[in-house]
Amino acid sequence: MVNNKTKLLIRTAGLITACAFIIYGFTRGEAGVVLNKAVNICLECIGLG
Amino acid sequence: MKINHAVRRKLLQFIAFGCSNAHLLNFKGGRIYTGKWKQFCNPGLNCYSCPAAGFACPIGALQAVNGSMQFSFSFYVTGMLLAFGILLGRAVCGWLCPFGLLQELIHKIPSPKRHLKKGFLYIKYVMLVVFVLILPVAVTDYMGTGKPAFCQYICPAGTLEGGLFLLAAHESLRNAVGALFSLKMAVLIVTLIGCIFFYRFFCRVLCPLGAIYGLCNKISIFHLEVDSHKCIGCGKCKEICKMEVDPVKAPDSAECIRCGACADACPTKAVCLGFSTKCGKTLP
Ligand code: SF4
Ligand code: SF4
Repeated sequence: MVNNKTKLLIRTAGLITACAFIIYGFTRGEAGVVLNKAVNICLECIGLG
Repeated sequence: MKINHAVRRKLLQFIAFGCSNAHLLNFKGGRIYTGKWKQFCNPGLNCYSCPAAGFACPIGALQAVNGSMQFSFSFYVTGMLLAFGILLGRAVCGWLCPFGLLQELIHKIPSPKRHLKKGFLYIKYVMLVVFVLILPVAVTDYMGTGKPAFCQYICPAGTLEGGLFLLAAHESLRNAVGALFSLKMAVLIVTLIGCIFFYRFFCRVLCPLGAIYGLCNKISIFHLEVDSHKCIGCGKCKEICKMEVDPVKAPDSAECIRCGACADACPTKAVCLGFSTKCGKTLP
């Protein structure tokens, strides 16, 4: 049971961290970098870059 | 009629494949989708240079932000990967990843099927650490921009889903083909041949995303359990597992893609798979 409790704790902390990371990354403009990369043909991906 | 995991999974895999690659008309003319949805990551591996792709590839996105001039660590992409990993673990691989489905279809080509040596399973962690995390940050140009090394030298999904279709459509791209493309084609050919003989060859040997989600299997909410009171030790679950996992001994194995084949095969229904805990204690 201790095992399950620890897991629950790690899951909760992990999900809170994940949400905080996403919000922080989004607000400092990382989503723009992702968008910019994804809407242009990535030469590295297709083997030319 | 009770629908088993195999049927449910195949259905969801095709739906996920369609949702990840909804822009089919872009194949005509060799364009790619350029809308706002591409700022969000797909849970599974799906090249954003594929004409049909509607979302960003998480591994490509991670390298792009980590190697950018402005940032050296992506909280945004790491957060998404952490969220997918904690919620689903490697069930993303088993149920949602488009490249995983492609590999399963290729494996249906009749041929002798082989077992994979355990040592090969560790290569994907090297891919993750060296090609995804270190090289894009450590090797930069005079502007401070790093290249996405995994995409550049390895990723067969990019070559297959993006490269081949875009090159077929644009002469200017075909004229730029060089040694790098030959290297990537070689990796693609090895991967495709590997997938014929070994179940999910790329997932097990090379995929850095599979490595991340595999590590999350230990704590993921979607999980697998074996009821020690119901298990009669017949070994049918281990026998049926194409990822070569023994779910009784290692229900949280990093290799388990939560496909549910073991749960379907168990004669006493001792193997449970899902978000909630239905089984009793797991065997030690
Ligand atoms: S290991 Fe990689 S390619 Fe395979 S299913 Fe998982 S994310 Fe997709
Ligand atoms: S242990 Fe079971 S759920 Fe996991 S990969 Fe093997 S058959 Fe699929």
